[in-house]
Amino acid sequence: MPILEGKGVTKYFGGLAAVSNVDFSVEQGEAFGLIGPNGAGKTTLFNLISAALTTKSGTIKFKGENITGLKPYKICRMGIARTFQTVKVFPDLPALSNVLLGLHFGMSPGLSSKDAVREATGLLEFVGLSALKATPAKDLTLANQKRLEVARALATDPELLLLDELMAGLNPTELAQAMELIARIRDKGITIIMIEHVMRAIMNVCERIMVLHHGQKIAEGTPQEIATSEKVIKVYLGDKAHARS
Amino acid sequence: MDIATLKTPKNLITGAILLVILVLLATLPLYGPGYPVILLSSILMYVILTVGWVIFSAPTGYISLAPAAFFGFGIYTSAIIGKAIPFAVVVAIGGAASFCLALIVGALTLRLRGIYFAVFTFGLLMLIANSFNYYEIHFTGTRGRFVMVKGYDTIYFFMLGIFVLLMITATMIKHSKYGLALMSIGQEEEAAEHTGVNVVMVKVIIFAVSAFFMGAAGSVMATKWTYIDSGIAFYMLYSFMPVLMAIFGGMGQLYGPVIGAAIFTYLEELLITRFPEVYMLIFGIILVISILYLPDGLVGLIQASWKRFSVRKHADT
Repeated sequence: MPILEGKGVTKYFGGLAAVSNVDFSVEQGEAFGLIGPNGAGKTTLFNLISAALTTKSGTIKFKGENITGLKPYKICRMGIARTFQTVKVFPDLPALSNVLLGLHFGMSPGLSSKDAVREATGLLEFVGLSALKATPAKDLTLANQKRLEVARALATDPELLLLDELMAGLNPTELAQAMELIARIRDKGITIIMIEHVMRAIMNVCERIMVLHHGQKIAEGTPQEIATSEKVIKVYLGDKAHARS
Repeated sequence: MDIATLKTPKNLITGAILLVILVLLATLPLYGPGYPVILLSSILMYVILTVGWVIFSAPTGYISLAPAAFFGFGIYTSAIIGKAIPFAVVVAIGGAASFCLALIVGALTLRLRGIYFAVFTFGLLMLIANSFNYYEIHFTGTRGRFVMVKGYDTIYFFMLGIFVLLMITATMIKHSKYGLALMSIGQEEEAAEHTGVNVVMVKVIIFAVSAFFMGAAGSVMATKWTYIDSGIAFYMLYSFMPVLMAIFGGMGQLYGPVIGAAIFTYLEELLITRFPEVYMLIFGIILVISILYLPDGLVGLIQASWKRFSVRKHADT
């Protein structure tokens, strides 16, 4: 049974089909990539899975259970955590408190405050922020804020993690660190769906990739299949007729 | 909070000081009759309104202008059922009535953000005040109501009791996971929701808890005024004063609004008796100056001078 399954998922913004009749299926333990040009509907799809937006039609199932129409906090407590394309940390709270929130309200709440602090410290260490745990989130660099979002998401103890452009805006060193972080998250047995524009990252990390364009799924397959797909190349680079004119 | 943190010497000293203050306040009526008790009752009234407001609005940034509505609800509770039932029960019902009102209002309006929430809560106050007025004139045929009079000491002790309960509640919320949730809602509500916080529930419950104390205070204070009508019970200054007092005191620490409200109320009493003609003018000037020069309120001032003091101490050694 796939861990996450979507059937005919559709969302309109006014007359525009942001996501149109998309089917997808993600297996337990896999890293699943989501790519497509700007405005293709990738983040909208994330918002539908995490219930930030409500679907117009179609169903999304998590571990066989229909989760369409649930509230975001419920989705989170079922085991789906996410990060945001534009970073959404709690700016005035120290890094540690950012993570503590996830521990107290995620999938397994009811920790004593002492245990929660220990767990949160461990998670900050896991993402490489242990030296900055008392720093307010707003004073962290972008790369560190993104790591903090990952730590906060992991604090909710998810089985499925949605990463929305984790690599965007990072320098080469930070990029390498982020890829290594994703590998370590997978070692924990957490399934990952990631939206990414950094092709090197997505080609290296993901087993399967789905390509969206104008809200529709135009391709799905292994990184090799996607890289050689004519349809995908056309979408990203335009066809020869356009190139000539 | 852990038991361990309560046992540190600093907390023990703070605890001892609080205990001494509490004992002094509780035995105040024994030292002499009259004015101090009356003055402290008014101070406690504003302190309760302010701290009640701060519980919810300070961490979340949702500026509520509804305190007067909850306060007035308590006042009317006291006026309507005060004669038939023991006073303590009346006060509890006054609080409960405001709690329920806040639950309903919160469930309806807490999806509004920023200025819209502030405007709505103010509109709510107007709506409730005028509904009461309409009802009284058209159905009971009177404009106002008489309230069962209580002794000054009784009023004082009840206000002190509500105050102590409120401070305990506020401290507990602040140090619990719900305090953290409220702050996260204030800073990035969407992220809080996706981190497992049932934001609607947390907001509505804490909003209602804060309304409980305002309502309870209202039902006690009603007995001091003996006569009330909708204009007195839902006087809009009771909505604005808590906001001003909280800003004046500073919201970074819980003692900020307490100090702010206490000094503000005392100042008001002082000015109103000494300079009745120009008291509002002086009041306004003090307010403007404090907002210009004390953006973090008295708490900020205290913390800044404490820092300077401790730095100097280090420099000397």
